[in-house]
Amino acid sequence: MSLYQLQKFLFDINRDPSVQAEYRKDAATLVQRYDLTGEERDAIVGGDVGLIYVLGANGQLLMHFAAFLGMPWPAYIQSMRDGITKHGPVRAGIYAMTTTVDERVAGV
Amino acid sequence: MSLVFAGICSHAPGITGRAEMAAAELREPLYEAFRGMRQQLAAARPDALMVIAAEHFANFFMNNMPSFAIGMSDQYQGPIEDPAWLRIPRVSVPGNAHLSRKLIQEIMQTVDVSYAEEWKFDHGIMVPLHFLTPQFDVPVIPVNINCQGPPLAPLHRAWAFGEAIRRAADSVPQRIALVGTGGISHWPATPDSGRINEAWDREFLARWSNNDRSAMLSYSDSDTYRDAGQGGFEIRTFISVAAAARGAGHLQHYMPIPIFAVGCTVATMDIAA
Repeated sequence: MSLYQLQKFLFDINRDPSVQAEYRKDAATLVQRYDLTGEERDAIVGGDVGLIYVLGANGQLLMHFAAFLGMPWPAYIQSMRDGITKHGPVRAGIYAMTTTVDERVAGV
Repeated sequence: MSLVFAGICSHAPGITGRAEMAAAELREPLYEAFRGMRQQLAAARPDALMVIAAEHFANFFMNNMPSFAIGMSDQYQGPIEDPAWLRIPRVSVPGNAHLSRKLIQEIMQTVDVSYAEEWKFDHGIMVPLHFLTPQFDVPVIPVNINCQGPPLAPLHRAWAFGEAIRRAADSVPQRIALVGTGGISHWPATPDSGRINEAWDREFLARWSNNDRSAMLSYSDSDTYRDAGQGGFEIRTFISVAAAARGAGHLQHYMPIPIFAVGCTVATMDIAA
């Protein structure tokens, strides 16, 4: 677990168009810059928003990466629920899920 | 001259970015309240608008996280988010580096504030500006309190920061307006987005409206996290405004709008001596 590095990647890609271009061109090479676990690397390269959420990423960072990946808001919300269903509870950070996967508190 | 206006409001990105997903009967009264605040702000004829926001990793990250920071530039840009996502066009917003420097120097007498000569506004500032100064014609002085990456400054330091802002505003010849932005209880950008603890919000707003310092500072972060979510940490911005204004607060609007992820709030506060 290297949540700091995972979040650093999100911070960088959210604010730097050159990092966004690198991601689109060759994400596997881009992530070598960060000291990540294999699971974290795979989650980033695969655009697995649900797993990144479970790994503990701050939602304020993650929601913009999801938008960059082209996910509409309802799809972003659902991807996190799917991540919980597949991988279990959030493992770190302060963005743990407090509702159940069947709840739709905002209708999405 | 002095502090001439004080208020608080929500800054949730959904207010603009997901506008059509909220029912008009919920959305329009909020927008109307923003318009009312805009008129009150304009009537105060501010030379500069200090916006105390809780930013979300637009400029500051855990590699070098200030508890308190103030912009010191003649120009800022925003939103840093995709304008299509936030539905606010990317613009340049005027600042006032000289005024910022004067304010920072005075604030530093009691609070060790960081300064930044570069600052990209995220929704924490852009959503309020979109409603309050839609022509972006009032110089803005951005202020940030770290509410995202714990450890966070204790609430009593947010109060001290607000006191320092007031002292600084009263020390310059310009007319200074102050707006704190943030959510009260909310669980933003998670599957819980839309969960709102209205009772907790109304209790906090009552304490804020009464400018009850001890009641506002009595929340522990663990209690806030449990009852108001990680978004509840943003009460720091509202507390700083109360410390600066010292008067009674007037709630103009409060309404939970789940798709906007917060109890949407617009309020002003009297400026007491």
